[in-house]
Amino acid sequence: MEAASIPTAVTAPPSTWRRQLLGFNVVLAVLLAVGGYALFHVIGAAIGKKALFMTETDQDDIATFFGLIGATLGWLLGLGFFNYPVSRILGRPASLREGEEYGAWRYFRLCTDHKVVAIQYFVAVIFFFFIAGLNAMFIRGELASDNSTFIQSGNYLTLVSLHGTMMLMMMSAGVLGPLGNYLVPLMIGSRRMAFPRVESLTLWLTVLAGFVLLGAIFLGGFPTGWTGYAPLSDQARAGMDCYIVSFSLIGIALVLVGLNIITTVMTLRAPGMTWNRLPIFVWGLVTTSILAVLAAPVLAAALYMAALDRTVTSSFFVPSAGGSPFLWDNLFWFFGHPEVYILALPGFGIVLEILPVFARKPLWGYRVAVAGMFGVALLSFMVWQHHLFVSGMNANLRPFYMFTTELISIPTGIIFLIGIGTLWRARMRFSVPMLFSLSFFFNFLIGGLTGVYLSDVPSNTTSHGSYFVMAHFHYTIMGGLVFALMGGIYYWLPKMTGFKLNETLGKIHFWTMFVFFNLTFFPLFAAGLLGMPRRVTSYDPSLHNLNVFVSVAAFCLGASMLVLLVNLVWSLWLRREPAESNPWQSKSLEWQLPTPVPAYNFERIPVINSAPYGYGVPDAPPVADFGPPLVRPGPVAAPEGGAA
Amino acid sequence: MIWAVATAIVVPLVIWVVGPHIPPDHASVQSSDQHTINVVLTSLATPVLLFIWVYFGYAIAVFRRAGEEIVDGPPLEGNARVQLIWLAVTSVLVLGLATYGTVDLLNTNGAGDGSGQGPSPLVKPPSGQKVLQVQVIGQQWLWTFRYPSYGGVETPYLAIPANEYVAFHVTSLDVDHSFWAYELGVKADAIPGNDNVAYVKALKVMSFQIRCAELCGLWHGHMNTIGHVLTQAGFAAWIAKQQLDYRGVTPYLPPYSNVYYPPPSRRA
Repeated sequence: MEAASIPTAVTAPPSTWRRQLLGFNVVLAVLLAVGGYALFHVIGAAIGKKALFMTETDQDDIATFFGLIGATLGWLLGLGFFNYPVSRILGRPASLREGEEYGAWRYFRLCTDHKVVAIQYFVAVIFFFFIAGLNAMFIRGELASDNSTFIQSGNYLTLVSLHGTMMLMMMSAGVLGPLGNYLVPLMIGSRRMAFPRVESLTLWLTVLAGFVLLGAIFLGGFPTGWTGYAPLSDQARAGMDCYIVSFSLIGIALVLVGLNIITTVMTLRAPGMTWNRLPIFVWGLVTTSILAVLAAPVLAAALYMAALDRTVTSSFFVPSAGGSPFLWDNLFWFFGHPEVYILALPGFGIVLEILPVFARKPLWGYRVAVAGMFGVALLSFMVWQHHLFVSGMNANLRPFYMFTTELISIPTGIIFLIGIGTLWRARMRFSVPMLFSLSFFFNFLIGGLTGVYLSDVPSNTTSHGSYFVMAHFHYTIMGGLVFALMGGIYYWLPKMTGFKLNETLGKIHFWTMFVFFNLTFFPLFAAGLLGMPRRVTSYDPSLHNLNVFVSVAAFCLGASMLVLLVNLVWSLWLRREPAESNPWQSKSLEWQLPTPVPAYNFERIPVINSAPYGYGVPDAPPVADFGPPLVRPGPVAAPEGGAA
Repeated sequence: MIWAVATAIVVPLVIWVVGPHIPPDHASVQSSDQHTINVVLTSLATPVLLFIWVYFGYAIAVFRRAGEEIVDGPPLEGNARVQLIWLAVTSVLVLGLATYGTVDLLNTNGAGDGSGQGPSPLVKPPSGQKVLQVQVIGQQWLWTFRYPSYGGVETPYLAIPANEYVAFHVTSLDVDHSFWAYELGVKADAIPGNDNVAYVKALKVMSFQIRCAELCGLWHGHMNTIGHVLTQAGFAAWIAKQQLDYRGVTPYLPPYSNVYYPPPSRRA
């Protein structure tokens, strides 16, 4: 079956537009999700009304939770995720759906081609990234005056919460999803991910999570920020249920995507792709995946407790009934701090992968870089209580967490050392990906150094919960990850889509984004130290001018992101200039393939000869041996059925 | 070389020109402690920042490609000595900072640097000193203050005497808040069911801002008030007036306790 389907992948699909529309795809998924929500909401409401404990509350959270679970089941059913297990249980032969591998419709349904999933991921992540960014524009609009009523307080908190939660959710999938799924198989010489169906599942869970979170708007919003602190979350209206469900979905997706990447790298490396020839980007994703697999289940457990508190009025986090808000704080940050490195490590990977290509030098200190990444990953589980320094936690623990937090700057410093070493006596080209990579070091340095202030308990006392923290993590997450991700997009998107991105627009995008990013967030360190708490609608009038300046810079930053959008539309849709197969003259395996990448990536599984960073090495062998090209099924071979 | 010169010029500038302007101010022992540590951290961060900036600037200026064709650089794979030196330097910096921070935190004269230390504080004011107990109660969206040594009177105003240690017992009736007396350098989360103690010793008569630094719902941004540091005599007069003003209310308050457990409000 499998073997015979390969040649047909080249030919046009036999099915018609209407037949495509009626299959298992996103259209059916939306219909079933809405239907599932309605049906399960009715069931949940019936159960809730029968239960006496619901009299304590004035909202039907059981119905909302049931509805959202029904929507999830309907969504997955509509996309056809149950087809394979059900047909196996019934003893029927299970195969990929006919017509799976071609046509535009494959982008709108369960598809097991890792390249298609990556593009789907890319579109989803960019879509939600822009929505969350739009929220940030509204937030800055409100903060342009020290006591404005541009946005009502309740709506403002919902905007803040949506911005934070959506950015965190989408950016943790932002590299693992699009770039990870696309590049890991290509970089290690594989034809697929280890679990293709799981890969597609993580994508559609992520998409659903984004829409469920947006659904909170229609259920009264939620006021807790991305941290969802109890007991505030117990008080909140039904929008909180959307937060709980969507973050759980992301948690599940993170675990699955992590397992998938770890398994793929462990089992599907091509012959010769030894551990010390693995591209540094893949190492970045492996360490990220380890964090995701270990941290996200804790989040899911904590969210489950929050859901029980809200529905059956259990009291995990309610002190007057024997619970404790500290339980949520600790569980959340036990996930939350590794999550911060789930956001940082892929950025390290991208930057260190791009740097050698444009410096025309091997990656300097490869083994130390890998050790640094593992050091960050390991330490990230030992620092979470620094988020609780002034919370009234056991005071004896604070010196320990101060120490571990400062310790983490050693492996992070290694990343800078690698950058320094790689650039030494380099022959640099300043293409757009390189500009973003260099700016990563600029931004992340400021983010890292301000982190030292926050890790120091006495200094933290003033900066805790202030705009200093907010500026700090925007410098690490936006200045670090998002700049790296932009570099990754300009670097790899020509390979992924087959079309060149406009270099001039790219440079305009880079310079405006870099300048206005720093103009937006650097003054906010001062705002924090001058006494401005986070997540407020009003602040001291003396900070008015500072905030007006920041708001204007933030709007320009938003406009610079539109340049990216214009570039994507112009280059990928209007202009469509075919990209060369290796425009950057990289030695990495993925660039040795033709553009666009063929359906099964490698005709033969290549044999890897060397690490992908052999720049300037005299008489370097080709990075991989792809074997002699296969004989295409020509007119002579056709009668035999086109053996592949 | 450039780095050494730049550092020699900029670090003194940071310490003596920028340094005095780094918040927080010298209103209390705690805030001047935080000020000192912020200046120390800044003067240590500056050479690091300059090193990276100078190196990257130098690299961008010098190690650029000449002409259009792509030429490979020398295949340097790493240098064990440089890596060891780097690790040693960063380790020394980090260990030094952690030691300095710990010593500073545990110093009894700083008494915990104004941070909330939970129900059993690790660092207490030097024994023998008089400590005024003040309970800070956060609720949506208001701060109230109880003075157990003055008949448990509860008032929406905060005043403390200067040059005397004050122990803030911060707690909450509903959701998490955070008591931030900005000029005093005090921050302690108000968490229901927890008695979070923070010490402060104000040095001069002044007013200070009180803000909520933990998201607590709808009017979080408006949960501010002004506190006052008074002279000893001024404080005695002020608290007597509070006792008089609230004498009708005080008997009906729940007895003074470190924590209060009102029934939870599940839905707003």
